[in-house]
Amino acid sequence: MKRFAVVTLFFGALLGLWQLAVMSGRWSPVLLPSPLAVTEFLWGSILDGSMQEAVWVTMRRLVVGYAIGVVIGLPVGLLTSSWQLLDDTVGSLALGLQTLPSVCWVPLALLWFGQTEGAMLFVVVMGTVGSVIIATNHGARTIPPIYARAARTMGSEGLHQWVRVILPASLPFLVSGMKQGWAFAWRSLMAAEIFVTILTGFGLGHLLHYGRELNAMDQVIGTMVVIVIIGLAADRIVFSPWERFLHRRWGTSAGNS
Amino acid sequence: MRDPAAAAHATDPAAADAKLVVDGVSKWFRTPRAEVHALDNISINVAEGEVVCLVGASGCGKTTLLDIMSGLTRPDSGRVLTDGQLVEGPGRQRLVMFQESALFPWLDAFGNVMFGLKLRPDLTNRERKRIAHDFLDLVGLKKFAHAHVHELSGGMKQRVALARALAPDPQVLLMDEPFAALDAMTRDQLYEDIQAIWRDSRKTIVFVTHNVREAVCLGDRVLLLSPSPGRIAQEFHIPLKRPRDINSVELAGHASRIAAALKGSPPGTVSE
Repeated sequence: MKRFAVVTLFFGALLGLWQLAVMSGRWSPVLLPSPLAVTEFLWGSILDGSMQEAVWVTMRRLVVGYAIGVVIGLPVGLLTSSWQLLDDTVGSLALGLQTLPSVCWVPLALLWFGQTEGAMLFVVVMGTVGSVIIATNHGARTIPPIYARAARTMGSEGLHQWVRVILPASLPFLVSGMKQGWAFAWRSLMAAEIFVTILTGFGLGHLLHYGRELNAMDQVIGTMVVIVIIGLAADRIVFSPWERFLHRRWGTSAGNS
Repeated sequence: MRDPAAAAHATDPAAADAKLVVDGVSKWFRTPRAEVHALDNISINVAEGEVVCLVGASGCGKTTLLDIMSGLTRPDSGRVLTDGQLVEGPGRQRLVMFQESALFPWLDAFGNVMFGLKLRPDLTNRERKRIAHDFLDLVGLKKFAHAHVHELSGGMKQRVALARALAPDPQVLLMDEPFAALDAMTRDQLYEDIQAIWRDSRKTIVFVTHNVREAVCLGDRVLLLSPSPGRIAQEFHIPLKRPRDINSVELAGHASRIAAALKGSPPGTVSE
């Protein structure tokens, strides 16, 4: 209850500062709309359904692209962790690609796929896969080798050893890999939506883009608020409970909420 | 006291009734700088139901020898047999209890004991569960069956590890300094427990340690390993009645005899 009060107070104060800045009159209301104006935009866009539509379109692209990235990245990350040759080749490639900001994929995707959903998906997958591979690879390498040794003496080998020992032992690292991948997928998709103008779906990135085109600052800030809330919600609803469960099981730390 | 015949077999690799035979095993480790001769032509026969302790300074190759017995490491020459069968890889006939806790943190205590049992296709699930509970009971952890690994103390962890190693009913139990990281009081209790468990199960045990008293307390025989290359320097029979008290004067007498022999061998750090 006390924590809730502190959090409310913090964000309340933030809004207050914003409102004070607007009231000081030093900046044009076109560049700095009031919190009320932004709220009005959000409320209006929810009433006419355009915000839900944009969130739905964006989330659909994100989930599909992210899922593909994880399905490719996790096994490849596990393989590179246990096979040096693969790590030297595919692992280095993944590391190199990860340093490439995902927005750099946009020109290539546009030329290859045109202004299509495919281009959008391609950018998200490329942005996700490298970081998942690297986080998983790094995690799997830190599994104490004694687990595998103990399992082998008990007669565990081959597939059984992978499914019953290596996989559960790497769970904490898989989660951090997936969390990392999620963050990268989210950034990639926003880049893609801002730069790839397509008609098959109008996502949050497009709302931002057209907010700029129309000089509608309330739309730009309102959309940014929605993007932040989605990112926060994904962490709190999807990843935090999972991490807390693993921390409890492994006894690694009290768990952060 | 063990029968004297077992002693006669100690140097005879052809001993027919030996449960575990180590026959002329040598091992080298290749590092970029040098080739280390870890074990040199080691032969040991362990009779059924016998407890043999390997004692030596750190780095004398005793853990390597245990790894070779378990099948986790291949010898460069020589061979290991259990019940006359050549050991070609790890298997549940020879279970290992490791120095550090090798319990799986994603399973609870019960799940850890079940792990090895599930790899025995000859058991039904009901039998597995019953056996797992029996062995947790045997090591005094009945109430902690569903505790997470990190919730257990060091001594309790090694008790679970003992239950996990015993439950699949291995032919030979290999123990690699399993109590080295525990405090003295916990250890003393475990010596009593191990002896009680051995009295009831008569398992064949090979126990590696650098603690001479521990070896005398548990072993029918104590084999002294000398380092670089690892060789069996000396063999001691411990004719003390069981259960043995690690703090007894008699036991201390045997221990000091072995400690003296250890000092005679090339230098190393060995606790008395």
